[in-house]
Amino acid sequence: MSLTLDQVRKVAQLARLELAEDDLARMQHQLSAILDYVAQLQQLDTEGVEPLAHPLPVQNVFRDDELAPSLPVDEALKNAPARSGDYFAVPAVFDTTGE
Amino acid sequence: MAETYKIVIGLEVHVQLLTKTKLFCGCRNKFGLPPNSATCPVCLGLPGSLPVMNREAFRLALKAALALNCRIASHPGHPPGFTKWDRKNYYYPDLPKNYQISQYDLPFSHDGWLEINVARDPKKEFTPKRIGIIRAHLEEDAGKNTHDESGRGGDTRVDLNRTGTPLLEIVSHPDLNTPEEAITYLEEVRLMLRELGVSDCEMQEGSLRCDANVNIHVPQPDGTHHETPLVEIKNLNSFRAVGRAIKYEAERQYEEFRKDTRGEYRFGKWLKETRGWDDTRGQTEGQRHKEEAADYRYFPDPDLVPVVVSQEQIAAVKAEMGELPQQQRSRLVGQYGLTAYDAGVLTAKGRRTVAYFEAVAAAVGDGKTAANRMSDLIFPALSDRREEIDAFPVPPAGFADFLKKTGPLSKQDRVHLLGHMLDHGADVDRAMEATGIKPQTFDEGTLRAKVAEAVAANPKAVADFKKGKDAAKMSIVGAVMKANRGVPNDVVRRLVDEELAKA
Repeated sequence: MSLTLDQVRKVAQLARLELAEDDLARMQHQLSAILDYVAQLQQLDTEGVEPLAHPLPVQNVFRDDELAPSLPVDEALKNAPARSGDYFAVPAVFDTTGE
Repeated sequence: MAETYKIVIGLEVHVQLLTKTKLFCGCRNKFGLPPNSATCPVCLGLPGSLPVMNREAFRLALKAALALNCRIASHPGHPPGFTKWDRKNYYYPDLPKNYQISQYDLPFSHDGWLEINVARDPKKEFTPKRIGIIRAHLEEDAGKNTHDESGRGGDTRVDLNRTGTPLLEIVSHPDLNTPEEAITYLEEVRLMLRELGVSDCEMQEGSLRCDANVNIHVPQPDGTHHETPLVEIKNLNSFRAVGRAIKYEAERQYEEFRKDTRGEYRFGKWLKETRGWDDTRGQTEGQRHKEEAADYRYFPDPDLVPVVVSQEQIAAVKAEMGELPQQQRSRLVGQYGLTAYDAGVLTAKGRRTVAYFEAVAAAVGDGKTAANRMSDLIFPALSDRREEIDAFPVPPAGFADFLKKTGPLSKQDRVHLLGHMLDHGADVDRAMEATGIKPQTFDEGTLRAKVAEAVAANPKAVADFKKGKDAAKMSIVGAVMKANRGVPNDVVRRLVDEELAKA
């Protein structure tokens, strides 16, 4: 199963990765190989097999609605590339997500 | 006359649930905390952290779904009650994990409905309409971005306190056809969720948010209709804004339709467009043009195990749900003979007001009087005093006593007496002593003589009345009431009518 270069470009864009043309070609090759590998599963006969929503045979795991300590603000912001007061600071963004 | 076009509206409502903690971690779920003071590795999306579902959030969501008459996770090919969570992948700074935990193909609830009153004059009539609910699902909220408004392109500031807050998304069918219906639907959703304690639904604080999907159907000469492309309106910050934006958008789409000579402005030919409502300018504005549909690459979240809702769980939540607004309104109409409007007013004020009303109605044995007097006297007093019904100093028994003893008084006298009771913490008897306002024992013959005197003393009013000025009659009634404080208004009116007929 071979991905087109355009498909690779789209996946890169969705993952916010900036790839040079060389990288795109390399990724095209590697991603296609991964898909081929996974595609072997298609050979299995799954007739009558229930779809699996989760690999663990576990359901209904809940916690009680009880407070746990949050991080101090400085801890929370520690890994931020930039901060502005007690906020994370990021380059100005324009909503393109539709969310 | 056929309408120019029909508006078709579907609403997506997000409400934050009233839990103590977030959906997947123990951080506090509260509006207005100092920025980034309620975060932890889970809601910051730090590597190695794992989400665990909040039991109370799921219970509240289930309660809301059942109140919206939804089916609970009934999905073909899956066991009854089976639901799971999925990752919705997108990049935005308010979403530190780069995915939102949401529900995609197996939402925990779906296929419900909510009844609203769509009568042209809802004060007089009740015309029920069922608005279909496509689905209601439980997901996590994102953080809050504050953009630099100076125009100098300064940094966006991100507060992640809201990240991971439990959010119920309620998606309606496009069954709403006017801005008024959309607002009525929102009011009903808000009332119900507040009454159930599911959400406080404060639009100002963002605990209720709404997007509107709008297009119009323009009837064609051949009996079909032309459907305009779908627009999703965002940035709706009040119910009023929802109504204004829908009206504006429908008119704008009709103009687009009229300008389009090539038949291309048509549903299915365009991708759904997102427009933002500008409340100050009163218009919707196109946001970034989307060249392709969003691609969220949903897949099941491996960090969360599925939930299977049992019949017992559903029964337990139903049992504690109590009476829903819609049931309450029809009971108030049936049990107390209230008009649909009065029942609606009481219900909209909440369960505690209804409980007060029912106690008064039982004590005076007359629901209509209890409802009318509460509207005349208690509701204005509460709003003057900025008080909730539970803090009202006159308990139901005291108000019932007041009603029994002030029956023949005029409205002004009742307002005055109740004011005295509230100001001095007095009961009705002491208030009557102190103010001297009390029903007078009267003899109809004597009162008639006073009325006759008043008629004789006001020849101008009598002449005006004969010329057809009804107001002139009321000036005589007023004069008699003033001179004979405490006599029953209805008797005075009747006597004035009778004496005027003779004059």
